[in-house]
Amino acid sequence: MAAVAVSTAALLTLTACGGDAKESGGGEAAQKKVEVFSWWTGPGEADGLKAMREIFAKQNPNFEFFDAAVAGGSGDQARALLSSKLQANQPPDTFQGHAGAELQGYIKGGKLESLNSLYDELKLKDVLPQQLVDQISVEGQIYSVPVNIHRSNVLWYNPSVIKDAGIDGAPATIDEFVTDLEKVKKAGKIPLSIGSQWTVVHLMESVLLGTLGTDAYNQLWAPNADWSSAEVTKALENFKTILSYAGTPQDDWQPAAKQVVDGEAAFNIMGDWAYGYFHNPPDGGLGKESHKDFDWAASPGTDGTFMWLSDSFTLPKGAPNRDGAIAWLKVAASKEGQDAFNPLKGSIPARTDADKSLYQDYLSWSLEEWSKDKLAGSIQHGVVANDAWRSAINDAVGLFQQSQDVAKLQEALVSAAQSNNQ
Amino acid sequence: MTRVRRWLPGLLLVSPSIVLIGVFVYGLLGWNFKVAMTDKHDEIAEIPGKFVGLENFASIWSEDRWGLSVRHSIVFTVVFVGGALVLGWLLAFLMEKGIRGEGGFRAIYLFPMAISFIATGVVWRWLMNSATGERAVGLNRLFHYLGLDFLQWQWFRDPDWGMAAMAVPAVWQMSGYIMALFLAGFRGVPEELREAARVDGCNEWQVYRRVILPMLRPVTLSALIILGHISLKVFDLVVAVSGKQIITDVPATFMWTAVFDAHDPAKGATIAAYIVLSVVIFIVPYLIWNARRGNR
Repeated sequence: MAAVAVSTAALLTLTACGGDAKESGGGEAAQKKVEVFSWWTGPGEADGLKAMREIFAKQNPNFEFFDAAVAGGSGDQARALLSSKLQANQPPDTFQGHAGAELQGYIKGGKLESLNSLYDELKLKDVLPQQLVDQISVEGQIYSVPVNIHRSNVLWYNPSVIKDAGIDGAPATIDEFVTDLEKVKKAGKIPLSIGSQWTVVHLMESVLLGTLGTDAYNQLWAPNADWSSAEVTKALENFKTILSYAGTPQDDWQPAAKQVVDGEAAFNIMGDWAYGYFHNPPDGGLGKESHKDFDWAASPGTDGTFMWLSDSFTLPKGAPNRDGAIAWLKVAASKEGQDAFNPLKGSIPARTDADKSLYQDYLSWSLEEWSKDKLAGSIQHGVVANDAWRSAINDAVGLFQQSQDVAKLQEALVSAAQSNNQ
Repeated sequence: MTRVRRWLPGLLLVSPSIVLIGVFVYGLLGWNFKVAMTDKHDEIAEIPGKFVGLENFASIWSEDRWGLSVRHSIVFTVVFVGGALVLGWLLAFLMEKGIRGEGGFRAIYLFPMAISFIATGVVWRWLMNSATGERAVGLNRLFHYLGLDFLQWQWFRDPDWGMAAMAVPAVWQMSGYIMALFLAGFRGVPEELREAARVDGCNEWQVYRRVILPMLRPVTLSALIILGHISLKVFDLVVAVSGKQIITDVPATFMWTAVFDAHDPAKGATIAAYIVLSVVIFIVPYLIWNARRGNR
């Protein structure tokens, strides 16, 4: 009987033809499925997911992990599928999302359950940085469990290229950065490598943070923030100046980052997933040596600030297997789960009590900074601006790449903030 | 009764497709227009959206991105349709002269059509790499080897004529098909007509100008319609070559970001409606012209 019920449930899921999924769960004897929706299918991240999955299986023998991963780097396809599932009120048991404003649409639409009680039960507020908890709370409620932390404001550089250009070390301020870019240009190398449009938005968030400072940057995302100020104008002027030293845009972030380790370009501002790409052995990466083939520093003017982004898991309302989803969230929130996942994915745990010996080289630097830095949220990676806002910022930057008109860019950013910031 | 017996089986036979097309093409088309006329600018919240008439259709023209994508679409259409028509016609003209191994050439020129725009785009993205000088790859590299460095340019990253470069792979892909259309057209002109024209004192040029070209008009029109509607809704090629970047933005990629990135169904539907309308402008005159011919 149970087998029949389970296969009927499978059929219903396969055909996705309505039906109330809650009633079609299997009998008590069968393992109940927990559908975990993510876009972790690439090298490293899929391994990390597998490691967490093994922990989950050990701790929860009565639940069966069902991997509903949808391929595609930044989760574009996954999110498109997800929103149609949520609209049809057929949510997976739990799904991956960038922590922060990216989830706002779902929260406002009433699609997510608050996880405050889970946070209290697991005492998560004691082990996560207070600023992180503040930045992912919406009106006092928390809707996601951050599994990992990536850093956005990293300046990657080629030590020998900058040495040849007569530069002693990584530039600490925006002004120094511009001077250094000029030196590299004179030396005949590409001063700054860039990729497709989103990498330029990524560059802009670091320049905004570096020019405005952490507090003013974080203020930009508060209601009624002033995007038309002279400080923002100055930041955008800096952005324009820095962009004028950029090389030919590459197809994506990888070829742009590769120009640095290949010695064609001096600098690149990219998130710390670039480290895995540089450092991992081929085919997963380029097999380069840190501090020799490439080196890193906080992006100019942002030392002491960690611009973060985070993958997290959520609890959708009406999850067919709510208990299973909570069991998964507990694994995702645990020290054991995060320490299993992150070394493989090439990110650091959101928890501050992680086992430091597991994180080497760049990751140990990043972990160190995470525990002491001020925090700021990334724009491009869904922390501070919701999807509509982020999309408007992307449009503004894309148009700016052609017009090079700072006033117009600022105008577009002001109106993006007005129509999306509530 | 006998009359019913005559039309009923036929109707039964086509009714499944009538129903399916009615629901899934025209029904959803109607729904799209309905969404476009609401203020449903939030995908997830379960508010149906109020009727706002043509407001979305008007307000989109104040967006810089929309103006840009329309301009891109026009440049792409002119270069692609013009290029494929001229090249296809030329290939057919040469083929028609009775080249040896015609079958082989025909297959070679037709082959690109068997490839999807995605695959074409992936290859041409590399061929049209915008790096120049020492770092050049793809076609720019080829120009360098040939000593034609002055021909190196930014390809689809050129701010003014980038979309013309984007049309190059499309021309490459479709001109073989246009050649096949024209070749069939050429073959459809009876030899007697040409001979008659020659007897009347036409030189070879005049035979083409006065006799054959006018007879190719229906073929040209079909080719124009086919190319035109491909061009106006182009999406896959652009995404495969450059992704969703503003520099190569067309209405279809704008629609994609509006729906899936900004979660704004009303705006996406508005853009979709404009794409449909622009295709209609191409197709309706053709249908009218066809109907008139049928009546004659």
